[in-house]
Amino acid sequence: MEKYKKYMQKAAVTAALLLPALLVVLPVVLLLSGSLMDTWELEGYLSSVFTESGGYISWKLIPDYPSFANYGKLLFETPQFFVLFWNSVKLVVCILAGQLLVAVPAAWGFAVYQMRGSRMLFALYVVLMLLPFQVTMLSNYLVLNRLSLLNTHRAIILPAVFSTFPVFLSYGGFRSIPPQLLEAARIDGAGELTTFVKLGLPLGKSGLLSAMVLGFLEYWNQMEQPMAFLEDKALWPLSLYLPEITWGQAGFSFCASVITLIPAVFVFILGQDYLEQGIIYSGLKE
Amino acid sequence: MKKKKRFFGFFVFPGFTGILIFVLLPFGDVVRRSFTTAVTGQWSGIRNYETIFQNDAFRLAVGNTIRFTLVCIPLLVLTGFGAALMIHTLKNRRWVKSLYLLPLAMPTATIVLVWKMVFYRQGFLNLLLTRLGEQTGLWGMVGTDYLKSEAAFWVLVGSYIWKNMGYTVILWLTGLMGIPAELLEAARMDGAGRAKSLWYIVLPNLRGSLYTILILSFLNSFKIYREAYLTAGAYPDKSIYLLQHLFNNWFVNLELDKMAAAAVCTGGVLMIAIMALQKLWET
Repeated sequence: MEKYKKYMQKAAVTAALLLPALLVVLPVVLLLSGSLMDTWELEGYLSSVFTESGGYISWKLIPDYPSFANYGKLLFETPQFFVLFWNSVKLVVCILAGQLLVAVPAAWGFAVYQMRGSRMLFALYVVLMLLPFQVTMLSNYLVLNRLSLLNTHRAIILPAVFSTFPVFLSYGGFRSIPPQLLEAARIDGAGELTTFVKLGLPLGKSGLLSAMVLGFLEYWNQMEQPMAFLEDKALWPLSLYLPEITWGQAGFSFCASVITLIPAVFVFILGQDYLEQGIIYSGLKE
Repeated sequence: MKKKKRFFGFFVFPGFTGILIFVLLPFGDVVRRSFTTAVTGQWSGIRNYETIFQNDAFRLAVGNTIRFTLVCIPLLVLTGFGAALMIHTLKNRRWVKSLYLLPLAMPTATIVLVWKMVFYRQGFLNLLLTRLGEQTGLWGMVGTDYLKSEAAFWVLVGSYIWKNMGYTVILWLTGLMGIPAELLEAARMDGAGRAKSLWYIVLPNLRGSLYTILILSFLNSFKIYREAYLTAGAYPDKSIYLLQHLFNNWFVNLELDKMAAAAVCTGGVLMIAIMALQKLWET
């Protein structure tokens, strides 16, 4: 009887967990299957949706006539897509590199050289991290305008480089290094910079890696800033281009969605441990 | 001591300079502007503040934003907790955690396509509901256009939960695993049932997790604008016209004086809320 109860319990838990799993997997499957259909098939399924005629959407998870035609068209006959893809890559890489240079040393400073005032400053960093973009939108605009950076990629990169979120995450990683270790290194005559490079970076790398993983996902998906500060569509990242595709070109938009999704999922799979670690670090309190 | 100060400066100063230039100084400028007129820059006292508080769009947006936050954050916290309790009993948690986290990695723009297929008038949801109605004979055809009616609010709540469930579950799980097993064992020995040990031992030990979850889910609640904007545009149904829409529309129309006043108000309220939350948790 006891065994039976346990078994039932397990079945219930599995069922309850399966539903959300379905909700996560289905959208991906939908995108994948749509991207492999040719234009005619897709139009047949979707026509009722965008012509507002009677009837409902229909779908097949395995297309009747699977084809890579839309991928081909998108990748080889749409140079615009490439431009935007590289825009996205450039923005993300520049932002993350800048954050490594600026935020990681700052996090080290906060973690290792604690003193009067440093705590207050750190609290300010936390508040800045939590302010939504809309609150700082106008101030961002004013400064970018003053420095005449509007409508350039630097308008997106520079403010993001000085974001305080990576400072906060890397700080979590550096705090997990036992202070005695650093003290020992100093007694052995290591300079402060050497301690940072030789001890801090390797031992606290989980924090900064999680900042990079979370940062990648965030900036790959970035929309508000480019929408506000980039007028020239040739400068846009992919995340803004996708919604511009109309229903008439549904085939394109499925393929473009899948291609946009790939780097994010790739980074997600590679960095899942760091992602989790980062989420946990964001919970460490002083 | 002096050396310490020098190195603190060495490491922190470059980043701080950037923050000063890109955030703090310009925000000071915004505060100044909130007391002046947009075009001529003349001192206008609190007129801008009066204008926005009498502005219907501002009131609507503030109301909706507060409503959205008050609905979705408790919902997220609770569903996340329920899921974490269940996942905690599993042996192999890794793939479950991956599944829950995956939506966090999916760019909004890619998922909006799916949302449209589901929530349009002739989309999957209505198809499903209509079939269900036919089967059971309880209702007829369902023809709600979820993105263009008040249902849009719940679509947003749903996609918020869908997207943010992952880290909530992870944080709850971390909290749950941090509770010493001896403590629960001792409670069981003393005859505490499952509900009792949940209430007296598990929950009090999770205060820290709750704090982080609240902060993060609040931070992310503003990002729902992406879904809202992409599914419904700059002027969506009244029920999901959020502060973010308003700021964006003011920005497009160059109504910078109103924006300045609203930014100062929103920023101020948020800052007070964050600090109050921090204080609340320290005591």
